[in-house]
Amino acid sequence: MTAVDLSHDHGGEGHAPWLAHHFDTPQQQYASAKLGTWVFLLTEVLFFGGLFCAYAVYRHNHPEVFFDGHHFLSTPLGATNTVVLLFSSLTMAWGVRCAQLDQQRGLVTCLCLTLTAAAVFLGIKYIEYSQKWSHHMVPGQARIMAALGIESEHATDHVPGQPAPRGFRPYKEHLMEVLRHSDQERGVVIVSEKAYEAQLEKRIQNLGVFFGIYFSLTGLHAIHVICGMIAIGWLLRRALAGHFSSAYFNAVDCVGLYWHLVDLIWIYLFPLLYLIH
Amino acid sequence: MATAVTDAIGPEASPATAGGNYLTCDRSVRSWVFTLDHKRVGIMFLVTVVICLGLGALFALLIRTELTTPGPTIMTETTAKLAAALSLGDTRMTPQQMYNRAFTLHGAIMIFLFVLPAIPSALGNFVLPLQLGAKDVAFPRLNLFSYHLFVIGTLFFVVTLLMGGIDTGWTFYAPYSVETRTAVTTAVAGAFLLGFGSIFTGLNFLVTTHTLRRQGMTWFKMPLFVWSLYATAVIQLLATPVLAITLLLLAVERVFGVGIFDPALGGDPVLFQHFFWFYSHPAVYIMILPAMGIVSEVISIHSRKHIFGYRFIAYSSVAIALLGFLVWGHHMVVSGQSPLAGMIFSLLTFSVAIPSAIKVFNWLATMYKGSIALTTPMCYSLIFIFLFGLGGLTGLFLGALATDVHVHDTAFVVAHFHYQMAGGVLMAFLSGLHHWWPKMTGRMYNDKLGRYTALWILIGFNLTYFPQFILGSHGMPRRYFDYTKLLDHIPHLTLYQVISTIGGYMFVSGLVMVAVYLIASLRHGRPAPANPWGGASMEWQTSSPPPPHNFDTPPQVGDPYDFSNLVYDEELQGYVRAR
Amino acid sequence: MTDSNSEIQHEGLGHVVPVSTLLAVFAALIVLTYITVFVSTLDVGRWSLWVALAVATAKGSLVVLYFMHLRYDSPFNAFIFATALVFLGLFLGIVLLDSIEYQPDIEMFLRNQG
Repeated sequence: MTAVDLSHDHGGEGHAPWLAHHFDTPQQQYASAKLGTWVFLLTEVLFFGGLFCAYAVYRHNHPEVFFDGHHFLSTPLGATNTVVLLFSSLTMAWGVRCAQLDQQRGLVTCLCLTLTAAAVFLGIKYIEYSQKWSHHMVPGQARIMAALGIESEHATDHVPGQPAPRGFRPYKEHLMEVLRHSDQERGVVIVSEKAYEAQLEKRIQNLGVFFGIYFSLTGLHAIHVICGMIAIGWLLRRALAGHFSSAYFNAVDCVGLYWHLVDLIWIYLFPLLYLIH
Repeated sequence: MATAVTDAIGPEASPATAGGNYLTCDRSVRSWVFTLDHKRVGIMFLVTVVICLGLGALFALLIRTELTTPGPTIMTETTAKLAAALSLGDTRMTPQQMYNRAFTLHGAIMIFLFVLPAIPSALGNFVLPLQLGAKDVAFPRLNLFSYHLFVIGTLFFVVTLLMGGIDTGWTFYAPYSVETRTAVTTAVAGAFLLGFGSIFTGLNFLVTTHTLRRQGMTWFKMPLFVWSLYATAVIQLLATPVLAITLLLLAVERVFGVGIFDPALGGDPVLFQHFFWFYSHPAVYIMILPAMGIVSEVISIHSRKHIFGYRFIAYSSVAIALLGFLVWGHHMVVSGQSPLAGMIFSLLTFSVAIPSAIKVFNWLATMYKGSIALTTPMCYSLIFIFLFGLGGLTGLFLGALATDVHVHDTAFVVAHFHYQMAGGVLMAFLSGLHHWWPKMTGRMYNDKLGRYTALWILIGFNLTYFPQFILGSHGMPRRYFDYTKLLDHIPHLTLYQVISTIGGYMFVSGLVMVAVYLIASLRHGRPAPANPWGGASMEWQTSSPPPPHNFDTPPQVGDPYDFSNLVYDEELQGYVRAR
Repeated sequence: MTDSNSEIQHEGLGHVVPVSTLLAVFAALIVLTYITVFVSTLDVGRWSLWVALAVATAKGSLVVLYFMHLRYDSPFNAFIFATALVFLGLFLGIVLLDSIEYQPDIEMFLRNQG
C-alpha cells in the first residue's frame, strides 16, 4: 500500500468519497478549506500590496505624471470591463448558491457565464493593450523614448530597445498633441514654445513610469484572471461530472472567494488608473 | 527493522501496522516523490536542505580561505579564468568578481535554501502534526507542492551557479541587480518559487494548528514548538508575498526596463530596500522563532522539569512575530532612508529585545534545579542560548543609530548575524535534529560522539566569528577581497583572519562529523524506543518511527511538559508511562 | 436555476445567500460604478482621489460582505482579512512616510546636477 494510496483509502471507515482521510467530519474539512482560502487571499492582498505601495509612492510624489498618463487610458473600456467583472462575480456567487442547494444545472450555467465574462474581460484588456502597444506607449522611460525615437539622456544599453526607428515620429506627435490639448483645457499659458516642447518631451519620458506601473498592475491582475479561468474550468469539469452537492461544495466556494478577490482588486484598479482628475 | 522493539513497548505504543512504519510501508521511489505523508515530505526536505547546507558551507570555506592572506590567496587570475571557462554564461571574471560571486552564492544558498526552510519545512513538517495528534497536515497535496516548488527553486539556483553565479549580494539591491550582467533573473525566479513554497508551508501549518488539533488539546496545551511554528507561519504569510512582488518587479525591470527601482529608468532604489526588508527583516524571525521553539522543547525535556513561564514563552513568540514587522528600516539607516524613519525604526528595534529576553530567562529558569541530562540535543540547546545571547547583545549596538553608523558594513555585522543564524538557527536545527532523530529514523546515534562533536563545533564557531567582532569594531569592512591597505590601520589583522579561517575549518569539519555519525546510526545504531528522552508531548506516544497514519492507538492529550508520571525503563532504554 | 425557496432553512455547510440579496448587491455595484465615473468628470479638486477611493471601498465592502459571505462567515476569517488590510496599511504608511521625508534630498540632488 503506497502513501499515495493511503490518502484515497476512504472505504474502511465509512467516509464519503470526498472526505479526506485526515479529517473527522465534513464540517472540519469545510472549515479548513475556508480558513486556508482566506489565508491565501491574505497573501494575495499583500502580493498586490507591493504594487499598490509603488503606485502610492509615485502618485504622491509625482501626481502630474499620473494626470498626464490617464489621458491615454480609455474610461469607457475600463468602465465596461468593471461591469463585466462585477457581473462575473454575481454569477460566481450565484453558482456557489446553486451548489449549496443541489442545483446541478444552475451551477453549470453559472460557471459557464462566469467563464464567458472572464473571457470578455480579457478580450477588452487585449484591445486596450494592443492600442497602447501600437502607439508605442510602452513601459519604462528608456524604452518609451527609444520606441518614439526621442534621444534620451538615460537611454542605457541594457534596455533591449531598438535604436530610434524614424518612422515612429507620428506617435510622438500624437502623445504631444494629447498632452497639449489637456494643457489647453486647463488654461496653461505657454510662454516659450521651445521650452514647452522640451517640457513635453520630458513628460513623455515620465509617461514610461506611468505605463510601467499600469502594465505591472493590470498585467498581474490579468494573470490572476487567467488563473481564475483555469480554476473555474476545473470546477466546470467537476460540476459536469456531478462532484458537487449540498454536502460537498468546498472547491466551488473557495474558487469563488478567489474570483471575488480578483474582482475586488479591479474595483480599486479602475478608479486609481483610469479616473484621475 | 524497529518493529520487534516497538512491539515490546507495551500499551503506550502498540505494534506498528502490518504494512510497517512510514519508512517501510512502501519503498518505491514513486511513493516518496509523490507522497502525501507529512513525515516523508519532512524527510525529503531534510535531505535537500542538508545538501544545500553542504553547498553553502563550501562557499563559506572558499571565502574564509581567500581571506587568510591580505592579497589574493586562492582567487587569483588563473582560478578566475578557470571559473569563467567552466561557467556557461559570462566568460570574463576577475579575482575580485569571483570573490563577489562566492559570498553572494554563500549568502543566497544559506538564507533561501537552508536557514529559512531548515526548521519549519524539514523538522516542522515531521513534528507538527504528531505534536497536535493529527493524522496529517490540513492540505497534504499543497504540502507536497511546497516541496516540489522548493526543489524547482533549488534547481534555478543550480542553473544560476552553472551560469557563473551572481554578484549582487544575497539582497539583490537595485540598481546594481538591474544592471549587472550576471544571472540575476534566474536566481530571482528561483527565490520567487521558494517564496511560494514557504507561503504554502505557512498556510498549511496555520490551518493545521487551527482545525486539526486532537480533541481536548486547547491552545495552551500545545507544545511550544507548535506555538513557535504558528508564529512563524504568521510571518511567512504576511511577509513573503511582498518579497514575491519585489522579485517579480526586479525581474520585470531587468527584462522590460520598467523603471520602479532603477533611478536610471526613473525608479527609486530606496523603495527597493523598503520592499526587500519588509520581507527580509521579518524573515529573520521565520528563521529564529522555530529555533526558539526547539530550544523550549529540548531544555524542558532534557532537564526533566516543567517549562517555566509557558504562557510567556508562547505569547513572546507571537509578540516577536508582530514586532518583527515594525523594525525593517534598521537595515537602511545609512542607505538613503530619512533620519525620521531611522529614529522610529531604531526605537522600535529595541522593543524586540524584550520578548527575546523573556524567552532566554525562562529557559534558564526552567533549568534551575532541573535534573539536567547533557545529551547531544541538550548540548546544542545550551550552545544556542550562549551564542544567541552574544548575538542578541551585539544586535543592540547595531540597533542604536549612532553605533550603527560606525560599524555598519563591517565584519561586526557579519559576526552579529552569524551568531544569530549559524550560532542560533543552525545550532537549534542540530539540537532538534538530534532530539527527533530517533523518532524519525527509529535509530539511536552515538551520544558520546555527539557531545564531543558539539564541543568541537562550539570552539570552531567562536574561533571563526569572535575575531570578526574585534575586526569589525576596528573598521574592517565586510565583503572586502583584498585588505592589504588596511594592514597598517588595524592591529593584528592577519592574525585574526587566520584564526577565523582555522575556526571555519573546525566548524565545517564538525558538521561533517555530525553527518557521518548520524548516517552511520542508520545502519549501526541501536533501535530507538518510542520515548528515548522522556517527552510528554504526543509525538513520543507513538512508535519510533511512527506508522503511516501517525498513531495506531489514540494518543492521550495532556500537559506537554508534565513529566511526573514518566519513568525510565531499563529494559527498553526509554521512558514509559507509570501505571 | 431560479429556485426562490431561499427562505427554507438550509441544513448544510455555510450560509446560502438569497437571490434577491445577490441581485440587489449587483445593482448597487453598478450604480456605484456609474457614480465613480460621473464624479471623475466633475472638478472636485484634490478630493477626487478620496472620493474615488471611498466609492471603491464601498463597492469592495459589498463584494466582501455578501458575495464572499464574510458577513455570515466565521469571525476568524474576517479577522484574517482585516489583518491583511492592517499590514498592507502599515507597509504602505511607513514607506510613504519615509519617501515623503527623503524627497527633498532627491530634489536637491537633481538641482545640483543641473
